[in-house]
Amino acid sequence: MGTHTMGMPKKKTGIMDWLTTVDHKKIGVLYIISGLFFLLVGGVEALMIRFQLIKPMNDFVSGELFNQLITMHGTTMIFLAAMPMLIGYMNAAVPLQIGARDVAFPFLNALGFWLFFFGGVLLNLSWFFGAAPNAGWTAYAPLSTVPESLGVDFYSLGLQISGFGTLMGGINFLVTILNMRAPGMKLMRMPLFTWTAFVASALIVFAFPPLTVGLFLLTFERLFGAHFFDPAAGGNIVIWEHLFWIFGHPEVYILILPAFGIFSEIIPTFARKRLFGYTTMVFATMLIGFLGFMVWVHHMFTVGLGPVANAIFAVATMAIAVPTGVKIFNWLFTLWGGKLTFPVAMLYSVAFIPSFLVGGMTGVMLSVAPADYQYHDSYFVVAHFHYVIVGGVVFGLFAGLYYWFPLMFGKQLNEFWGKIQFWLFFIGFHLTFFPQHILGLTGMPRRVFTYLPNQGWETMNLLSSIGAAFMGVSTIVLVVSIVAALMSKEYVKRDVWGDGRTLEWTLPVPTPEYNFAQIPLVKGLDTYWLEKMAGNKTVSVSEEVGDIHMPNNSILPFVMSVGLFLAGLGFILRLDYGTVGLIIALIGLAMTLFAMFLRSWIDDEGYYIPKAEIEKDLRLEAEKEAK
Amino acid sequence: MVVKKSGKMLFRLLPIGLMALLLSGCGIPELSALQPRGEGAQMQLEIIKLSLWVMLFVLAIVAVIYIYVLMKFRRKAGDNTVPKQVEGNHTLEIIWTVIPILLLVVLAVPTIKTTVELADAKEAKKNEVINVTANLYWWEFEYPDKGVSTGQELVIPVGKRVAVNLTSKDVIHSFWVPALSGKTDTNPGLDNEMWLQAQEAGTYYGKCAELCGPSHALMDFKVIALEQDDYDAWLKDMKSAKEAETKQLDAKNKKNWTTGEQVYAQNCLSCHGGGKVAPSLTNFGDRQRIAGYLDHDKENLEKWIRNPQKEKQGTKMPGFSEDKISDEELSELADYLLDKKLQ
Repeated sequence: MGTHTMGMPKKKTGIMDWLTTVDHKKIGVLYIISGLFFLLVGGVEALMIRFQLIKPMNDFVSGELFNQLITMHGTTMIFLAAMPMLIGYMNAAVPLQIGARDVAFPFLNALGFWLFFFGGVLLNLSWFFGAAPNAGWTAYAPLSTVPESLGVDFYSLGLQISGFGTLMGGINFLVTILNMRAPGMKLMRMPLFTWTAFVASALIVFAFPPLTVGLFLLTFERLFGAHFFDPAAGGNIVIWEHLFWIFGHPEVYILILPAFGIFSEIIPTFARKRLFGYTTMVFATMLIGFLGFMVWVHHMFTVGLGPVANAIFAVATMAIAVPTGVKIFNWLFTLWGGKLTFPVAMLYSVAFIPSFLVGGMTGVMLSVAPADYQYHDSYFVVAHFHYVIVGGVVFGLFAGLYYWFPLMFGKQLNEFWGKIQFWLFFIGFHLTFFPQHILGLTGMPRRVFTYLPNQGWETMNLLSSIGAAFMGVSTIVLVVSIVAALMSKEYVKRDVWGDGRTLEWTLPVPTPEYNFAQIPLVKGLDTYWLEKMAGNKTVSVSEEVGDIHMPNNSILPFVMSVGLFLAGLGFILRLDYGTVGLIIALIGLAMTLFAMFLRSWIDDEGYYIPKAEIEKDLRLEAEKEAK
Repeated sequence: MVVKKSGKMLFRLLPIGLMALLLSGCGIPELSALQPRGEGAQMQLEIIKLSLWVMLFVLAIVAVIYIYVLMKFRRKAGDNTVPKQVEGNHTLEIIWTVIPILLLVVLAVPTIKTTVELADAKEAKKNEVINVTANLYWWEFEYPDKGVSTGQELVIPVGKRVAVNLTSKDVIHSFWVPALSGKTDTNPGLDNEMWLQAQEAGTYYGKCAELCGPSHALMDFKVIALEQDDYDAWLKDMKSAKEAETKQLDAKNKKNWTTGEQVYAQNCLSCHGGGKVAPSLTNFGDRQRIAGYLDHDKENLEKWIRNPQKEKQGTKMPGFSEDKISDEELSELADYLLDKKLQ
């Protein structure tokens, strides 16, 4: 490879560039934008749910539509909003934090995104067939195997396709973080967000296969008449519950660990102080990830697995509180003695601590199996997991958005409107979900489309719905703020927060496609901060300027994903539209297989950006800095 | 600035205040897990309170540090100093690892004890065994030793643990009477057991707690706790009422039927007669609700018979239009049903 004669390919522009990109930064943007879009979709569903429950015996939606709304709200928020946005941040930040020029498998990265995206589109297409999935995001059999409605087919195939994408993302980040670190970036010098991305990726690799298996069983049962969950034919309904929760519980940690990582970046930055107990934080993260696989039965305490199973899983669940508590104290002691400033990213991080703590408290309360017999499937559980997932994960998503927006887009979200957005969301969040604890304890089951008057539930439901409206308004502010920022012409400077500690903040704005003109030399944890403290303007480098090898763009990931999307849609329609469905399915499969064939057949060796061009970039950047 | 600070403080204290409110007891006594009327719910509330206190202790410690930190360590305008970069502190880290472990031990021991106690239905089985079968969207309660079966209302004796066997005919449901005890799922193809005990006579509200379809929210039932004598009398009355009903509705007796009985025998009996396909109606007149949730009056009953799908989406009961049951017949049928009471 000494000659470097491969010329630079013609630059694609506009939409074609986005469809073919294999650049982790652009894929990150794609993930964030799609995640935000699905967040809005799931949010509208949530508002409809709360509007229906604003008063007893409301008839805004029917029971059937309500079940579709709750199913799609949960599925969308978890699989299509929260997880993609987190993977988006991983794409945007992890390679930069470890001093890499891209992820290990850029093509796979693009494929992962498009699979997620088209899986999500397939799932949501169900609305247009008047048959959204209606068996809850947990899709318990045999409610989910009743073939009367097409809905659950969209669930099983949509999630299957988007799940493949997530699995690829997980593999990719494991390999990237292990293999692509800059010289000196030892494991125990990695920024905590990278660490949590690493552990979350490992969880994805181990947790998604059980879901894949479960979804296959469900698909076979629905489309081809298998009987895995049919007691009349010797099947067993509990198998689905196990498979789902063996995936489902680690999924919670797949969501929350990267959020922990985001807070662990933001808090030290705005406290101007290194993370307290870094080593413990790393081990706590690993321990949470490990224990996360041993507690799934706490979702099944009322299934009737017996007192021994329940007691063991209760105690195992309690154990998770210890490393999580350690983290809370470490964050508090990072703040202790710091010099705190409160931009919106920090407001969300600071608000996260008490909000998530309440979710953690109710988590321990729920681990007490006999008490759980009361909480289970009541509004208490709804309150609990929204405290964890909104107070933890969504606060993390918003914190990360304000924090890394300049890194991703070169522009900044408005801080004033950001603070308004924060307060509306924070107040709305507690107002929505705190009363739900009480609703649950006073006997209100979850997933009810309505309730009779005079059961003592009116006030709390009304409060909860008012809170939801606050969150809705807050989200509108956020969307306007994002659009305004994207349209503005005001670019930020390098190290926008002034106190950046990690490598991503050493890069010019906008980040060049090759990220680092010269791969940095890492001298310790928070290497940028260390260099700054030593009086240096930027970090040391580990190589001379030279040609940089880059992967070529490719349309194949997009084609493969469209193919699988069509195949999924065709199989779903096969039952109602017969041959037409089958033909669509076969065309889709052929597309995917053909694209896979092309990928194997064509040697794609990438291209080189010549040294001269990089030197030119460096010169321009130096001139800009001098101004 | 001051206003803002106290505003924030208020919000941080709000959860604690509401928690206190929560402990003082909310909801209605027929339905609330916070106002237990049964031994099971009592044990559960005890352990809920224990776990809540342990957690509030943790919350209090965190809250103190949190508020202190946020008030004390704000960066002042123009302050450009760099704080000391602290790596960690082993003593502190050991403290906040060990203390939570101890707290969890405090919680784990009663957890295991209560789990075992609640699962032990041996004593209860000696008193009474009741088979509960969940259906879309109604409940069947069968007393196998007594030859009695009823729908929608479970009658139990006060002060005794009764054993409850749970299963389902179709999808998963969950049997929950918050004021008496926590829930247990009813799984198709599998059997579960639990025990139920009421400390005082009265009616308690039961709910289906597992999503089972469009009318999941409407799958309410009642548990009626009677003093032992009343309970024994109820069992006897149920049995004789059922026998009388069977005799009266026998086809051989056709000429003695009232219009109501005739309409009932021709349209309703095939499903409702056995109490397995549809709820038994032997004591329908005594029921508190129609279809589990509608007010118990003639108007609702007629509405229900005409178009059950409208009142309870997805119910298995077919509607009876005018060409099957005329308006006069419907009225007679409703009168007959509402009159089906025990002595």
